[in-house]
Amino acid sequence: MADYEMLRLVWWLILGALLIGFAITDGYDLGIGTMFRFLGRTDDDRRVLLESIEPTWEGHQVWFIVGGGAAFAAWPLLYAASFSGLYLALFMVLVALILRPVGFAFRGKLTTSAWRNAWDWALFVGGAVPAFLFGVAFANLFLGISFHFDELQRPIFTGSFVAHLHPFALLAGVVSLAMLVMHGAAWAAFKVDRLLASRAAVVGQVAAIVFVVTFLVAGMWLALGLDGQRVVSQVDTAAASNPILKTVEVTLGGWLANYRAHPVLWLAPGVTMLSALLTMLLLRMRRSGLAFLTSALAQTGTILTAGIALFPFLMPSSAAPNHGLTVWDASSSQKTLLIMLLGVVLFLPIVLSYTAWVFRVLRGEITLEKIRRHTGFY
Amino acid sequence: MFFFGWQRLSKVTHLIVTGMVALGSSLSALWILVANEWMQNPVGAEFNYATMRMELTSFAAVLFNPVAQAKFVHTVAAGYVVGSVFVLAISAWYLLRGRNVEIAQRSMAVATSFGLACSLSVVVRGDESGYIASENQRMKIAAIEAAWHTEKAPAGFTLFGLPDVRERKTHAEVKIPWVLGLIATRSIDKEVPGIHELVEHATQRVQSGMRAHAALQRLRENPHDTSARSEFEAHRADLGYGLLLLRYTGDAASAAPEQVERTAWSTVPDVPVLFWSFRMMVALGFFFIFLFSTAFYLASRHLLEQNRWFLKLAFASLPLPWIAAELGWIVAEYGRQPWAIDGLLPTFLGVSTTSAANVWLSLMGFVLFYTGLAIVDVYLMVRMIRRGPDGLGYWPQQVTATEVLAHG
Repeated sequence: MADYEMLRLVWWLILGALLIGFAITDGYDLGIGTMFRFLGRTDDDRRVLLESIEPTWEGHQVWFIVGGGAAFAAWPLLYAASFSGLYLALFMVLVALILRPVGFAFRGKLTTSAWRNAWDWALFVGGAVPAFLFGVAFANLFLGISFHFDELQRPIFTGSFVAHLHPFALLAGVVSLAMLVMHGAAWAAFKVDRLLASRAAVVGQVAAIVFVVTFLVAGMWLALGLDGQRVVSQVDTAAASNPILKTVEVTLGGWLANYRAHPVLWLAPGVTMLSALLTMLLLRMRRSGLAFLTSALAQTGTILTAGIALFPFLMPSSAAPNHGLTVWDASSSQKTLLIMLLGVVLFLPIVLSYTAWVFRVLRGEITLEKIRRHTGFY
Repeated sequence: MFFFGWQRLSKVTHLIVTGMVALGSSLSALWILVANEWMQNPVGAEFNYATMRMELTSFAAVLFNPVAQAKFVHTVAAGYVVGSVFVLAISAWYLLRGRNVEIAQRSMAVATSFGLACSLSVVVRGDESGYIASENQRMKIAAIEAAWHTEKAPAGFTLFGLPDVRERKTHAEVKIPWVLGLIATRSIDKEVPGIHELVEHATQRVQSGMRAHAALQRLRENPHDTSARSEFEAHRADLGYGLLLLRYTGDAASAAPEQVERTAWSTVPDVPVLFWSFRMMVALGFFFIFLFSTAFYLASRHLLEQNRWFLKLAFASLPLPWIAAELGWIVAEYGRQPWAIDGLLPTFLGVSTTSAANVWLSLMGFVLFYTGLAIVDVYLMVRMIRRGPDGLGYWPQQVTATEVLAHG
């Protein structure tokens, strides 16, 4: 049987890969959801922008659902503590995400402008609210979630929703919103026809600047103004998962400890900012295909930057730091991790090749004439 | 690709994709039911006191859980019945108005043959679930039957009765001899245990569970305590019953006999609710068989249009499969109470510690939100159905007519 420590590491990487896959694919759907109402000035414009994501956004969202599933199956304590700890925030994400399929399904069914307007705003909420709250949620991991375990090892949450709206969390919300708008703009610039594409490129450049600035400020804040956590007791990386046995030390700027210990890791935030700047340049030069790729790299770098800073923590606790969840004490059993890994090895190639086929079928620029030809309803 | 590929894919490729949609939907139901039936019959897992949780011991046992296999077919077939009745009812509505006659008749024929097969398998597999439930969920069966005492084998099936929870007996019973014994045990000599007898058994398990719980606490303090470990191993199967006691006393180790008795009686689910939900569900199940076999007869003799009473009946049946399915879930889930995981995890310990105010807020939010969506959805569906394939200008183009149905 594979080594327990190795399996835990692999599942930490899989969780990260799923988040990255979600940010790269559904990220641009959320970005376009946020801005299509403003970018498209007529109903036809908006129709074109929506058409650039409509056939695939649902498949993209599966990355997120699988991420939740992977947390449930591989990191059950993380799942339990985060879903009840961030209860109202996740409720809002869920409502917003439900508005998306409903908006897509219902928008085209009637042609009155009141109807279209209402669903346009529903789609806006479905794009902007999750894009913002994902950043808020990530920031709260750095701030620590207020929970501890009781004698039956149930996570007890003692914080409140309002406490999650710390200024640092709001800043991180802006980081993630700007990042996804940049990504959506790059996709729109690549996918739709000329006039709309050039407007999208301008939005993308602004978003890229906002992203780089807020990303940098958030990093400085983390280094200079926030407490970080570190496990100081002896860690057995292959022990049975019990998160209450360790000792955790809290120090100012502690979240940068991994970077200080291994300077090569600075590459992650470095590449992130460089790719965002490149995205801006490429959009200016109208090389939107390349801009989409560098933007995808920026998404990857952002998630890696946060993941590396937190490692080995998955979900630190602010109420009882010793009860915080780490890669070494919050996983499923060795057998479960192994069986699920076999599942991943089996199904991932199928999923990836199907996705590739879908994009091949849907390739090409989107114009109003093509939409009219393909669908009878619009 | 199913929705967006109509003009982009060849007909054969699109048909394959359509098949994939059907396969994918059914497979996702399989995994949902494997998970749900593990909660009804937790096999292939063992409690680990070091991590305070159930851990997987055999994936195959979980996957081939006999309860899951029976429930999968039962539930998926019930879903197919919902779809069939929907097509049947809408087609009947068109026939009543003399619109879209050709497509309506054809849809009805398809819905009828599919629906007949499915409604039969719902009942057959439901009977299988009944048999299986009697193996590991005797209490649920006893509550469904309002069988307060063990009867002499083979037990009779109570067709009608007024279960009285306070007096713990059933008034005005009408029984069909032998039937329950045959369904539940597939024999004429095995007994179906009654509620009083099962509670007596539960009392013993609570007492054993107290010892498991006490041993667990000692083990949590000192994992190397060998006497605690052997005590725990001896009583581990009853740990859930020990945890159930915590609902009535903070100190499980020194529980009074009344508390033990109360705990044992708390393992009885809500008898009248289960009694009636089950009977209404079964009645609806047989009604669907009647509905589809009549439709089958009329359709094959081309008598559908003449028999307006049947078309009206078919249209009026539209909401019934949903009601039957909900009743089925009430029997399955409410009937498992007080357990979240049968015999292992009491529901009151399984819930999160999220504050009641937050839960209320989100519940009201979801109720309002989904009610709003349901109103819009029904409005659009009614509008689409009223316009129909003829009103939308697609008929008699066959491809687009199917598309309209698929979107419906």
